[in-house]
Amino acid sequence: MATAFKQIEDEAIEMARSVAYSMPIEDIDMTDSARFVDNTHWAFFERLRKEAPVHYCANGRFGPFWSVTRYKDIMAVDTNHAVFSSEAHLGGITAKDQEDDFILPMFIAMDQPKHDVQRKAVSPIVAPANLAVLEVLIRERAQKIFDNLPINEPFDWVDRVSIELTTQMLATLFDFPWEDRRKLTYWSDVTTIDVSAPDAKMTRDEQRAILIECLTYFTGLWNARVNAAPAGDLISMMAHNPSMRDMQPMEYLGNLLLLIVGGNDTTRNSITGGLLFLNENPGEYQKLRDNPALIESMVPEIVRYQTPLAHMRRTALQDTILGGQHIKKGDRVVMWYVSGNRDETEIENADAFIIDRARPRQHLSFGFGIHRCVGNRLAEMQLKIVWEEILKRWPMIEVIEPPVRVKSAFVKGYERMMVRIPG
Amino acid sequence: MPRVTFIEPNGTEHPVEIANGYSVMEGALNNSIRGIDGDCGGNCACGTCHVYVAAEWRERTGRQSEMEHDMLEFAEGVREDSRLCCQIEMSDTLDGLVVHIADSQH
Ligand code: HEM
Ligand code: FES
Repeated sequence: MATAFKQIEDEAIEMARSVAYSMPIEDIDMTDSARFVDNTHWAFFERLRKEAPVHYCANGRFGPFWSVTRYKDIMAVDTNHAVFSSEAHLGGITAKDQEDDFILPMFIAMDQPKHDVQRKAVSPIVAPANLAVLEVLIRERAQKIFDNLPINEPFDWVDRVSIELTTQMLATLFDFPWEDRRKLTYWSDVTTIDVSAPDAKMTRDEQRAILIECLTYFTGLWNARVNAAPAGDLISMMAHNPSMRDMQPMEYLGNLLLLIVGGNDTTRNSITGGLLFLNENPGEYQKLRDNPALIESMVPEIVRYQTPLAHMRRTALQDTILGGQHIKKGDRVVMWYVSGNRDETEIENADAFIIDRARPRQHLSFGFGIHRCVGNRLAEMQLKIVWEEILKRWPMIEVIEPPVRVKSAFVKGYERMMVRIPG
Repeated sequence: MPRVTFIEPNGTEHPVEIANGYSVMEGALNNSIRGIDGDCGGNCACGTCHVYVAAEWRERTGRQSEMEHDMLEFAEGVREDSRLCCQIEMSDTLDGLVVHIADSQH
């Protein structure tokens, strides 16, 4: 019953398959967010992996670009930071260029050496000792959220659980005023809106105005902390670090948004995705109930299967050859993690959600190389807590409608997912 | 086959055999050594195979490449004797190698 809706989605996916295989291959544009909102991108990526693993699209939504879709080729790009740049002024790290008149420098969109210095300034927040402190806090808060969920009554899992949990975690990392914490969610969502889309929820000017509000708010926090003794939160860490305390306002905003989006959307959508995948795969849900110790290997499998960031982009700093294709200096190169994570030549039975894989961490969702996700262990810890606390309480949470997906070729996630806890 | 001893942070020793041509990381995974994850499959791209190599072995285990150096920049608890053990290839000259596993791997 709970998986009846899966059939509907599966039919849409099959229909997309015939389109994917019949259209001229050069016309395939994976930056088209429509394929993500209806979950029909799979067959297109499958075809690209087989027929054109390093594929040029001349008329992409955001301009011409290369799609890299196989696991090994993605690894080759991600680990070659000398040739493939993340620099914001060259376009940054998403298929869509950063806007020239509103550049937000942030270390994910910087090359060496500046990247290294800033990354080292914030990474102590996820050092093992700090993670252990955070674990206690995160668990207490998760317990509160779960204890207050309605029983036998439909509710939106995204809003009540996924958003609430990740927002609380983020507020903790920033030591952000508790009652204002939903502002973080709001700023995160506003940042990832594609204002160039025809049906965008706001204009470019509105978006910028809201981000400047975010900067103003955080400047207040900065001013308070720079004058106080150094503390363990992210703002204090930046304010007291020699390599970051002289940041210009836009660079402060950029790095804030990196941490807000990086720590928020990604984990949020993994929390939602995990419940969806277990509903779609009742056999796996049963395995988990029979042996909760499988949470350990299920968590990285959820992150692989969800691939919360569908891609990262680079810009070639010189002519180079990749998968037999000649890439020119200045070309935009998009690594489709969402595709590489389903590459059968690298991951056995890649299209299946299997919670007891032997090597579950062998996936691309966190990237590889010098930009590999700083928050990976923190994200895994949150997911582990979520599932431990759920299994302590309920044998089953039912997804009762198909989820509403985010319309984006970058953030792969859910707007809404209605569930019920049988009582 | 040459032998390698992995020592956990708590002192537990794990002597294992690793065939020539395999990396020390692969040897650890094949023997289920705790604390070596090898997420990137030996591409020197994740830092989850971080070990410390005693001074007397340093010459024979070779030098860090630039990439290894860059990745170690971000690892937890990096020291002068840090190595990513996916970058150490087994050979007879490494018979008896001892490596200490770093405390935490990201
Ligand atoms: C499941 C959850 C998450 C996923 C899938 C994810 C994914 C990613 C990816 C794909 C990258 C870029 C890797 C590359 O270019 O090679 C990245 C970088 C980053 N992530 Fe995450 N992330 C997650 C959670 C988090 C959390 C919780 C935080 C915050 C504490 C965080 C902070 C960052 C930062 C700061 C970077 C930039 C690292 C750099 O450029 O050196 N992420 N993440
Ligand atoms: S296994 Fe990834 S760096 Fe060694």
